[in-house]
Amino acid sequence: MTDLPTLKVDLKTILSTPAKVDNSEGMSYLQSVPRRLVTLYLPLSIIVIILLFPFYWMGLTAIKPDDQLIDLDKFNPFWTWNPTFKHIHKLLFESYYPHWLWNTMYVAVAATVLSIFASVLAAYAIVRLRYTGASLVGGLIFLAYLVPPSILFIPLATVVFQYGLFDSPMALILTYPTILIPFSTWLLMGYFKTIPFELEECALIDGASRWQILIKIVLPLAIPGLISAFIFCFTLCWNEFIYALTFLQSTQNKTVPVAIVNEFVDGDVYRWGSLMAGALAGSLPLVILYAFFVEHYVSAMTGAVKE
Amino acid sequence: MADIAIAPRRAKTEIREATAWDQLRYNKNWLGFWFMVPAMAFLIFFLAYPLGLGVWLSFTDTRIGRVGEFVGTENYQWLWDDSIFWLSVFNTLLYTSIASAFKFGIGLYLALLLNENMPFKAMLRALVLIPFIVPTVLSALAFWWIFDSQFSIISWSLKHLGLITQNINFLGDTTWARICVIFANIWRGVPFVAITLLAGLQTVQPSLYEAATLDGASRWQMFRHITYPLLTPIIAVVMTFSVLFTFTDFQLIWAMTRGGPVNATHLMATLSYQRAIIAGQLGEGAAISSAMIPFLLAAIMVSWFGLQRRKWQQGENND
Repeated sequence: MTDLPTLKVDLKTILSTPAKVDNSEGMSYLQSVPRRLVTLYLPLSIIVIILLFPFYWMGLTAIKPDDQLIDLDKFNPFWTWNPTFKHIHKLLFESYYPHWLWNTMYVAVAATVLSIFASVLAAYAIVRLRYTGASLVGGLIFLAYLVPPSILFIPLATVVFQYGLFDSPMALILTYPTILIPFSTWLLMGYFKTIPFELEECALIDGASRWQILIKIVLPLAIPGLISAFIFCFTLCWNEFIYALTFLQSTQNKTVPVAIVNEFVDGDVYRWGSLMAGALAGSLPLVILYAFFVEHYVSAMTGAVKE
Repeated sequence: MADIAIAPRRAKTEIREATAWDQLRYNKNWLGFWFMVPAMAFLIFFLAYPLGLGVWLSFTDTRIGRVGEFVGTENYQWLWDDSIFWLSVFNTLLYTSIASAFKFGIGLYLALLLNENMPFKAMLRALVLIPFIVPTVLSALAFWWIFDSQFSIISWSLKHLGLITQNINFLGDTTWARICVIFANIWRGVPFVAITLLAGLQTVQPSLYEAATLDGASRWQMFRHITYPLLTPIIAVVMTFSVLFTFTDFQLIWAMTRGGPVNATHLMATLSYQRAIIAGQLGEGAAISSAMIPFLLAAIMVSWFGLQRRKWQQGENND
């Protein structure tokens, strides 16, 4: 028992440190500076500017006064000298926006927690219990990952109606896991495989049950994987559109993406400011979350493809 | 002597038979079953069952609020003669093929650029992925505003550069509308392709490039004969995902054009939504979405063979 904790710490550091980054100069010294300027920095900056421009534009529109938005001749559209918080104020205090934000958050957290719980059990069973047919089930779960929501929303709408879940957040909380479970099970299977089998054998000999092994040994070692799965699932929930559009009807129950498309779009030019403020406010929570967990996010994304 | 004779007998009586309850608790298969229950419940009730139900619905004349009758292949016959359906199939194929080709080209190029040594490398990689993080609908709205017919920043810039005299009607003209939605899709998809391919690139050993340089290989030859072959398996998988999600795209179109102008940007997913939910013809909508299944199966087959080939290349038989 005495050397188990030290071993655990060791493994933890090994598992949580990202793959070795090669900081040496490599062969890039073979290229001259002007050549690198043209072949590397120029195309890279063009691509990055195109990728980020819509966000700049979103932010700028959100704080521009209305008269500047629709008069492109008098004012330079690329900048504004007198920003206003009118649109944001309107969004937060004259619409259901805080409500929508809360709905989205609630649905995303609930669906993510449910899915992670189900996936941890499923992934552990497939990788470590190795019951008869485990690899077949693993393959089926991978196939489930490839079934897109656009095929399922029509029959699901009738199912949701039958169960009496229509127009309630429960409809989303119960249907989102079908998108999340295949993904996170697949990701967690990869993480569980990296945990040495010997640790579990020791615990089994000491009389631990499978459940104790999962809670006390496997999960603490798989924390980076859990964080990755959690963040990615949360983002997927936040991003989901077609189920939320189909299953929710009343204005108050909507999630941010659906509400913005339906409630703010009425062809009125003066709404552009609020619309962009809403889009910005709906994106910010995810971008902030992402900023803190970039590494986990990337490992979730690439892990799902590589496994 | 007596002790020895008695002791084993006593021990033997203390071992009891494994009861059914013990079987349920400790047997590998039963334990596996218990662990799988939550995930399987979700996937069966909300994925497998609806998938089957969807195919069934496509053979009925179900409407919203009315249970349908079995009508055979009537929905499909109806669609076969429906020019809007065929237009949406054409649009979907056009959208998927052009967007995927560009996503692959630009994504691979961006991955190669990001793989070079330069200052602020980590920050650049983080920035590049932002379009993928932000909800599609919200960035689609930004594009909607950028492509506005009157106040488009692109029209404004081109006019001030003296390239055009009139505003371009981006989302009102059929050709321009297609270009715009495809552009927005590429914009959103490139970061995913680039970052996943970058992860693949980082596993290529630098010594291979050093050896090739000593042998006098040009940069193109190095790409063609080292990078590309080693990346092929991961490219296969990434592109399958990309093709699959582009093919079934819904939200980008719905937020930007809703299928217009004159159905020029209707994809199969948006058309099925319009027919099933807005017009209430669930059976017909289900037939349109079921018509996507063969295409998806083809994509999945490609992915499967991509994975097989990867295993074969790495010389592993598990994982």
